[in-house]
Parts: sequence; structure tokens; C-alpha cells
Amino acid sequence: MKLPLTIKETQKGLLEKEFSAVELVDSYLSEIKKKDKGLNAFLTVTEDEAYKKAKYIDNSMLKADFFESHSLFGAVVAYKDLFLTKGVRTTAGSRVLSSYVPAYSGTVVKKMEEAGAIMIGKTNCDAWAHGASGENSDYGPTKNPWNKEYVPGGSSSGSAVAVSAGMSLISVGTDTGGSVRQPANFCGVVGLKPTYGAISRYGVIAMASSLDTVGSFGHSIEDVETIFNTIKGEDGLDATVRNFQASSSKSQTNSKSKITIGVAKEYFAGGLDKEVENNINEAIKIYKKIGIDVKEISLPHTKYTVPVYYIVMSGEVSSNLGKFDGIRYGNGRDTFGAEAKRRIMLGTYVLSAGYYDAFYLKAQKVRSKIIEDFDNAFSQIDAIISPVFPTPPFKIGEKSDDPLQMYLADVYTAGANLAGIPGLSVPFEFSKKGLPLGFQLLGPRFSEPTLFELGKIYHKAVGFVPKTAI
Amino acid sequence: MTQINADDVSHVAKLANLSLTDTEIKKFTPQLTKIIDYISELSEVDTKDVEPTSQTTGLTNVTRSDEVVTGNILTQDDALSGTDNAHNGYFKVPAILSERTDK
Repeated sequence: MKLPLTIKETQKGLLEKEFSAVELVDSYLSEIKKKDKGLNAFLTVTEDEAYKKAKYIDNSMLKADFFESHSLFGAVVAYKDLFLTKGVRTTAGSRVLSSYVPAYSGTVVKKMEEAGAIMIGKTNCDAWAHGASGENSDYGPTKNPWNKEYVPGGSSSGSAVAVSAGMSLISVGTDTGGSVRQPANFCGVVGLKPTYGAISRYGVIAMASSLDTVGSFGHSIEDVETIFNTIKGEDGLDATVRNFQASSSKSQTNSKSKITIGVAKEYFAGGLDKEVENNINEAIKIYKKIGIDVKEISLPHTKYTVPVYYIVMSGEVSSNLGKFDGIRYGNGRDTFGAEAKRRIMLGTYVLSAGYYDAFYLKAQKVRSKIIEDFDNAFSQIDAIISPVFPTPPFKIGEKSDDPLQMYLADVYTAGANLAGIPGLSVPFEFSKKGLPLGFQLLGPRFSEPTLFELGKIYHKAVGFVPKTAI
Repeated sequence: MTQINADDVSHVAKLANLSLTDTEIKKFTPQLTKIIDYISELSEVDTKDVEPTSQTTGLTNVTRSDEVVTGNILTQDDALSGTDNAHNGYFKVPAILSERTDK
């Protein structure tokens, strides 16, 4: 059977009995068997769980009231291996947790399951979500399905690849400094990093707690919006979460005043690949053509994004990874990989006596300046259009010898995490080498509805048709 | 240029409870030097009278009622399910004290 590419198509097919949920699972499993050997997107495939859920859905479909409360019924989902799944091994991409089986599931997993999603497996990622390329997994790199010699982006590499290669309909990842938007960008799928505090992180292995968010992947903006609406909101178990109330930005999408998009001049100041730049300019042209105002803005502290991010993030990483001592669960600290060790040591250094004020406290203050930049910008505009990554996808191994060069590539994504604002990665066009390109839309806190609207009108204008890589 | 030497790296590794091999120390020393040198750029930003940001929610003093929520408690068996080193319902840990030998 030809697999559906959106939640809507899936549910229509199920309702019109074109296929059953069990047949859907058959097809996705056969895609995984066919493709994943070469891609390494899955660490665990949950065949038994998937069939069990599919049978439950096929039986429940007969009840008319089933659909109202089940926004994701029949949607096959893959979880980044950072999400605790009761009874299913969860590794965080690290050898430290090579045989860890959680005793409970996190809030997002529970909400997705209750909404009728079918878990197909757990996906590969940079260990502990440390990385922008997907090469830092202790279980081997994930490959880009558009060309296996290239990286898929990270750290939610397997989740992006699973969707892009048609091995799962939707997937979930985490974004601490770009880990959803970067792989979405490199794999040609839609990815959302939500507002900090919109979605509970209960049962998600923590990386940097003041930056961590739960993001989602799909082939369409609508699907990512459906996932967001299903998993957002307070659960009483993550004290940073509050119930979603759409922010009133300068102009609301449906009101008479025009939407304005900002272009930050600092984002185009240098270091940006020509092909990526031309593609963004093309996107800006299209927005102008459909009647969106475009305005130049300034984010003067952009050049400090990466230093602030690497201080705050590594400090929090060193603290969060302190609990992995191999006593209560998992293996000992000698099983941490090189990147985790580097970040733990950097974080320990910036927090240590004599350096705290110069690094950690200083970074927290510059973080305030970065937030102020965004606040100033959003007083004049509704959203910012920006590159996601400074270059198109690059070859596996090409940059892995120089950690600092990799860190610098987070300049366009980490700002949103420092400011707690949402970002939507929108696929658009391909590079000369046939690899995906795209852009991201950033908005003020709780402006997801505006970002979804902007994404949808864009895809409509260019006649975007979702397709899988292979 | 911030100079980080092998002793600094060993010291930080000790603080972080990581045991590094000599090869690792040799590899990490120049890498960390380069990264720390780069993040030191922040010193040029004027942050006089700027409040530090530790979180972005704007929420303060989030509390809940002091009640036991049974649905969120692991049973003793569940809590011990991740280790092979359990004894009589407890985690077994390496001894940190030893018997005096000078008595």
C-alpha cells in the first residue's frame, strides 16, 4: 500500500476502510526493515507494542465517540530515545543507559498514546542530545535519507529521518539549542520548537533545564500543529509549564492589520553560505508577493548567542548529568562518550570557584541582553525569518574533528532557546546537490498560532507537496 | 589567550567525577582551551546594571499542595528495577569507609 503522508490522510483512510491500523503498522515496519539498515534512525523498533495498539484502534473505530478525544488516532509515531517509555529501553543515545528500561512513561508519551498514536520505535540521537549533526550517538551516526554520505542534522537525528524516509508518520524530539529545527532543515520536514514552558518535560531525560523544550516533526505544518495542541499544557509535574494562551503579538493573523516579518541584518552579516542565503531571499520575495510586510530589524547581540549558549547549556548539562553514577540504574561514568565528557568538563569549569562570575553569571546577564533584543524586535514585527543552519547539509565526518566549529553553527537556533521563544522550521527547495534547504520563523513567546499560519500560507503560495526522501 | 593546561583539565575532571586517560587529557586540553578562549569574548559586553536571567517563564514560587499523589510514586520493586546491585530491597553501593587498622 502507498503510505499516507499526513494525519488527515491516515485518518481518512482508516475511516473509509481503505486500510486498517494493523495494515498501516505492517507497511511502516516493512519500510523500516527495507531502509533503516542504511540510515540507522531507530535504536529500538517496538513491533509488539505497535500491533497491540493497532488492534485496539481497529476495534475502537466502531465507536462513534472515539474520534473526538483522539486527535492522533492511527498516527504512527517515533520517539527520540530521550523520552521515557515504560517497559521499552531508553538510552538517550548513550552507552551509559545501554540497558535502561524505564518504570514509567513521560507526560508527552502518555498524552500521545491517549490521543491514539501508535508507537513504532525509539530513535537514534546525538548522545544526551549533544550535537547538531547526528554524529555523536554512541550507537553510530544517523544518515541523511536524501544522500547517505551526508549528516541528517541533530540532535533529534533519528526522529527527523524516520519521518523524512517514510518510516514513521510523525515523530517527537527535543530542542535545547536547535535539535529539532536543524535536523528538520537538513531532512526536508517540518519541525517545531515550542515556547519554553508550553509542553511538560516530565519523563524526558534532561539536558539543560532552562533551555530544554519538546518539539515535533511531520510532513505538514498542520500535523505539527496537531501534535503541539495534543501535548501542550500543565500536568502538575513540570513547574515551568503553564497552560497555553496565544500571545497577542503586534497584529493577529486574522485581524485587519497586516502581518510583518522581520529580517535581522546580523543574520546575513557573514559566515552564511550563499546557497542558503539565496534561498532565504527567495522565501522573503514570496512572502512579499503574497502581501506580507517585510522589515529590516537588528538583533545587536547575535554574535554573543553561541558563547552565552555554551556557558549556560554546559553548566546545566554538568549538573544534570551528575546523577548518572551507575548505582541506581545505568552504567558508570566511564561509559560517557567524548562529547558528553567535553560538555560536562566545560560546564564544571564555568561553574567552578573563581570562574563562576566571569563565565556563568556573565552569560546570564548577556542572556538578558539577547532577550531584550528579541523583545525590541517583536514590538515592531510579528515574526522573524531566519536561516536555520549556516550551510546546507554537510558530509559525515567533515566537521567532527573541530568541536568549536560545530558549536558556532548554532548561532541561528540557540537564540530562541535562550529567549524561550518558539521557532518553526519550514522546508523549502533543495540545494544544487539535491539536499533539503529551508528557513525558520521565530515569534514572541506563545505565538505558535501565528507561526503555523505563516508557514501554511507560505506552503500554499509555493504549492508545497509533502514527499518522502526515499 | 586563556591558558588551560593538563593539570587544569585533570582538576576539572576530578570535580566532575570523571576519570580521564592521559590520551583523553591530551585531546581535551587544546579543545577546551580553544572553546574557553572563544567564550571569553563575553567580557567585552557591558552588563552594568543588567539583571541575570536564569529562566524565561516569568513564573515565581510555583507550588502544589503537600499531598501524596499515589499515581506518581514508584513501588520499591520499580525503583530497584534498574540495578543488578540490590540487597534486601536496598541499593548496594561501594563502601566509602574502611575499618581502622591502627587499633
